[in-house]
Amino acid sequence: MANPRYLGFDTLSLHAGQQPDPTTGARATPIFQTTSFVFRDTDHAASLFNMERAGHVYSRISNPTNAVLEERIAALENGIGAIATASGQAALHLAVCTIAGAGSHIVSSRSLYGGSHNLLQYTLKRFGIETTFVDPRNLDGWRAAIRPNTRLLFAETLGNPGLDVLDVPNVAQIAHEAKLPLLVDSTFTTPYLMRPFDLGADLLYHSATKFLGGHGVAIGGLLVDGGAFDWEASGRFPELTEPYDGFHGMDFQEESTVAAFLLRARREGLRDFGACMAPTVAFQILQGVETLALRMQRHVENTREVAAFLAGHAAVESVNYPELDTHPDCALARKLLPRGCGAVFTFAIKGGRAAGRRFIESLRVFSHLANVGDAKSLVIHPASTTHFRMDDAALAAAGIGPGTIRLSVGLEDPRDLIDDLAGALRVSQKN
Amino acid sequence: MELSVNGREAYVYTGGRTFDASLPTVVFIHGAEHDHCVWVLQTRYFAHHGRSVLAVDLPGHGRSAGPVLGSVEEMADWIVALLDAAGVGKAALVGHSMGSLIALECAARHPARVSALALVGTAFPMRVSDELLGATRDDEPLAQDMVNIWSHSAYAQYPGNPGPGFWVMGENLRLMQRQKPGVMHADFVACNAYANGAAAAAAVKCPALLVLGKRDIMTPPRATKELMAAMPQSRKVEIAGSGHALMAEKPDEVLEALVGFV
Ligand SMILES: Cc1ncc(COP(=O)(O)O)c(C=O)c1O
Repeated sequence: MANPRYLGFDTLSLHAGQQPDPTTGARATPIFQTTSFVFRDTDHAASLFNMERAGHVYSRISNPTNAVLEERIAALENGIGAIATASGQAALHLAVCTIAGAGSHIVSSRSLYGGSHNLLQYTLKRFGIETTFVDPRNLDGWRAAIRPNTRLLFAETLGNPGLDVLDVPNVAQIAHEAKLPLLVDSTFTTPYLMRPFDLGADLLYHSATKFLGGHGVAIGGLLVDGGAFDWEASGRFPELTEPYDGFHGMDFQEESTVAAFLLRARREGLRDFGACMAPTVAFQILQGVETLALRMQRHVENTREVAAFLAGHAAVESVNYPELDTHPDCALARKLLPRGCGAVFTFAIKGGRAAGRRFIESLRVFSHLANVGDAKSLVIHPASTTHFRMDDAALAAAGIGPGTIRLSVGLEDPRDLIDDLAGALRVSQKN
Repeated sequence: MELSVNGREAYVYTGGRTFDASLPTVVFIHGAEHDHCVWVLQTRYFAHHGRSVLAVDLPGHGRSAGPVLGSVEEMADWIVALLDAAGVGKAALVGHSMGSLIALECAARHPARVSALALVGTAFPMRVSDELLGATRDDEPLAQDMVNIWSHSAYAQYPGNPGPGFWVMGENLRLMQRQKPGVMHADFVACNAYANGAAAAAAVKCPALLVLGKRDIMTPPRATKELMAAMPQSRKVEIAGSGHALMAEKPDEVLEALVGFV
């Protein structure tokens, strides 16, 4: 037999999870825009409900279009399976609530997307789940924050807003020494730039709203299980290793040695919280995933050009991109992110809030909005928008300066991006 | 369910129901470097359709205590010891790959204990190439990749899995990685060394069914001629579009083939 080889990333981006539709011959993934699926007979119905057979019942729990997306992302991530959710936030919530409850504790990086921070700091606390925030670069801090009731370590692969590169192998090791799983938010890196399971992470999720879709037309999330974490050996997860009254006394770990987490997340979390993805959204995200490798290459190339331009500009105080040797994680980035550090980064403009405001308002190609990961270039000035109520001291505590600008570099001709930035920088410095 | 078999702890999955020895019993036997959960989309069904299910973790696999038994013959005797421990007189046996050889040998050695024999993804002889056997000894990750890739039909790398959201090749790889070091080599040596298949088949008198994947390159359907000839009472079902990992690639088709037989 010839040397065995798995299909490559680009091939999986196009094909994983789907073959031409056996009924119609459709080559593209059909949108199964249906709430429900007919049963062959009453016995078939009962066996589907009881998880005796595989198949679809109701689109809150599973849907064939969503299943293609789930399987494709699982394949690209080298995981065992995935669950498509209504948003990235829903994916984080589903991950946490599958293995934590009132009285549980999470150790999280403090360098987080604001929405994730809100969920952990305020909202989950209301439901009895406490979070300790740590500096992601301080490995001893991670270790010291773990308590007997800790259920999860959590961080972004590239943290907000400082683009801290997560030392996945070492943080995973700290988690595993405490018999805990590491969950990462892979939104900024996508499986093209980093495959966290290969580095030791156990669970991950994406805001598919961003680079996976890439077109900025759909909100969605994906929660992916690496399948390597041993819940039974940990002893801290009765949700997965003891009978569940909410599903005929099912012990998920007995049903599947590797997929207990995903079984519970779907059978409890999707069923009861109900934050499922719409099939049309799954189709839209799939359109993006087909070109993920090509787009990420171009995102990174454009970002490198833009970052280099800004780093050499007189109106720019500093550029915060992990590929530059001025970034504290530059060496780690070279090791963990050899294909690039993504397309989102910040820089500081000279002249503070006023200069930032003039800069944003002068841009013509960059769109001023609160998102990242679109094919179109995006910009935001936190001090005059999302964080405008904060004084400079409060901003500094959040890692944001009065002149901090965040860019999400798109797929336009890089010369046009640089011209746009050059013009706006010129205007920003006029008093 | 935990049982003590030959003085050692053994785990059997009972399909989500309390085991009841008064019902007709079906024993499911996994293949090399696997455990009971390869049968998840068949066993739960039988346990809820009038059968009692014993889906074993063979010694040294999954949750069952070691050591691994070194030969198909020893594992065949272990199945009978397990029936004794569970208080079962006679059972139908369903085996996959190495498990199919165990079931075959068990039916030949202990005809009074076996009511029916279903061999899934089977072949005799079950020769293992020197290259793969060497890899199981010297480089388990490479051997796991080889087996994972060869076990799934060419299309399984992009299947459209009937189990929503699961990537079957990823699941299979992780399941193999869960087994203890050395298990894979011991299992493949046992498959390769098993020489009694034709004689065992000739001794089998109970009904026999072969369930084969048309695209199986690990145990190709043509490698069952000797077995079929030695068991004139046997019947075969060939499943289109499936490789060697039939229970994952074509779960419903495998289930339909078994319904009414065991
Ligand atoms: C890093 C990161 N994670 C999660 C989210 C939340 O995703 P969604 O908006 O899809 O809920 C976002 C959205 O901005 C994000 O940037």
